[in-house]
Amino acid sequence: MLDQRSMKRHLSRFVTYVLLCLFGFVMIYPLLWLFMATFKTDNELFSSVSFLPKSVSLQAYINGWKSGGQYTYGRYIANTLLLTIPTVFFTVTSSALVAYGFARFSFRFKKPLFTIMIATLMLPNTVIVIPRYLIFRNLGWLDSYLPFIVPAILACYPFFIFMMIQFMRGLPKDLDESAYIDGCTPFRTFVSVLMPLLKPALFSVAIFQFIWTWGDFFNALIYITTVKKYTLSLALRMSIDATGGVISWNQILAMSVVALLPPAILFFSAQRYFVEGVTMSGIKG
Amino acid sequence: MKTGSIEKKHGRWGYVFIAPWVIGFLAFQLYPLLASLFYSFTNASMLNKIRWVGLQNYIDLFTRDPDFINSMLITMKYTVIAVPAKLLFALLVALILNQRLRAINMFRSIYYLPSIMGGSVAISIVWRFFFMQSGVVNSLLGAVGLPAVSWLGNPDVALYTITLLIVWQFGSSMVLFLAGLKQIPESLYEASHIDGAGRLRVLFNITLPMLTPIIFFNLVMQSINVLQDFTAAFIVTNGGPMKATYMMGLKIYDDAFRFMKMGYASATSWILFIIIVLLTGLLFRSSGSWVHYEDGGK
Repeated sequence: MLDQRSMKRHLSRFVTYVLLCLFGFVMIYPLLWLFMATFKTDNELFSSVSFLPKSVSLQAYINGWKSGGQYTYGRYIANTLLLTIPTVFFTVTSSALVAYGFARFSFRFKKPLFTIMIATLMLPNTVIVIPRYLIFRNLGWLDSYLPFIVPAILACYPFFIFMMIQFMRGLPKDLDESAYIDGCTPFRTFVSVLMPLLKPALFSVAIFQFIWTWGDFFNALIYITTVKKYTLSLALRMSIDATGGVISWNQILAMSVVALLPPAILFFSAQRYFVEGVTMSGIKG
Repeated sequence: MKTGSIEKKHGRWGYVFIAPWVIGFLAFQLYPLLASLFYSFTNASMLNKIRWVGLQNYIDLFTRDPDFINSMLITMKYTVIAVPAKLLFALLVALILNQRLRAINMFRSIYYLPSIMGGSVAISIVWRFFFMQSGVVNSLLGAVGLPAVSWLGNPDVALYTITLLIVWQFGSSMVLFLAGLKQIPESLYEASHIDGAGRLRVLFNITLPMLTPIIFFNLVMQSINVLQDFTAAFIVTNGGPMKATYMMGLKIYDDAFRFMKMGYASATSWILFIIIVLLTGLLFRSSGSWVHYEDGGK
């Protein structure tokens, strides 16, 4: 039999669960609603408050797909991938190599350089964006994806470097040393000894950078100018701007779902890496 | 020491590995930082030759540009409301989730999801649809007999509608708090248990002090981000109504990339930078009196 105290404890636990569920429902309600809404007709969208659509219609997706002006959303998805994949690949490799340099070697000026690197974590993008834009303009890189890819090659993401350094510090140094004794060069050691152990960290960096680059709006807005090269963010923005008065909301919402789907799938299939990544370094966002 | 000698022997390799970062830092971080300071004293634009104008941009901003003063005040108001609200939510939910509940991973994912997606155009569009005059929120209010609110059209309300979008993304801070809570040694709680401390006393004497480094970290990073916010205000309200959500990020974008006044916009960006530096400086200075470091602040 339950005595009074344990009953009280059970009751408070129950109340906590109910509150957590209610609150969780409110939290993801916009996302669930968005998903349901894309199966409604534009008329139903405004006329009923019902959560579920009266009948499932894929019309919003079919029309929305072709709603992006001269190009279909297939083009914008391809563009977004063309921008995102190289950026992610180079971010991962360059941050890992730089982190290796900081974590495993001692050289002159390492301390001040490391301090500078950490300080740039707090350097606001807003204050450097205008000169960056002018640099890329002078190089003739506007309206290409180079303003995204080249900074990735040059490890301009201190946050990811820091995350990798933290991870590497957890790996025993004996590993590298025995490889040296076997006659490996530091580069060889990195590739064949450390890289395999760093997989979780590499993966964390890759998925964070994928999601941020995929959804990046501000940089795409200033660097990409022709519709032919638009990313999903720009295409979505164009669709709520350009329709002039009549906005077909159900199509726009359907295309928003298309834009959110890859990050959502990635999130649910790789949750572990998100949590590890965050706790490894602390995070913006 | 053996380790040291191997590290030293390969020291030169260190430079090789960090070389990309050094170049990137010089070209895409340090140079732009200094260049924007320089531009802020010029009339730089894409149309004419650069001419030095001294403090003119700064004088114009403060004396002739009501939009600037307005955007500065709005940005600060937004930050002062959004950051503490977001962290408070994050902390509260983390404390609740930390009670060895079942299905904690599921709750953590649900609360974390919005901060993964929240910064995107797609979510801003959804927010706009939710809160517009004939949107979902007003329909729901209507369904329970409450009057509609002009979430995006009323200048006194619009900033809070955007703030709500930011607070909704409390998940990443929450995950950090959860990780911090796991770090608190069990022995501290056991000791307080023996002393017969109540739950509230444990919270205020052990849990919160032990979390202060993470609270501090979150406070600094979130403030820096929120001060520069752009996408939410740009898509949801486009700075309106009547410039009630016209934040400094939008002002800089308009001046630099729509009106091509690069020098003028650089001056605004440097003022934003100075606000960020002052705020973080203030937080760092105050940290001595409230942030508790286990190793004595090493």
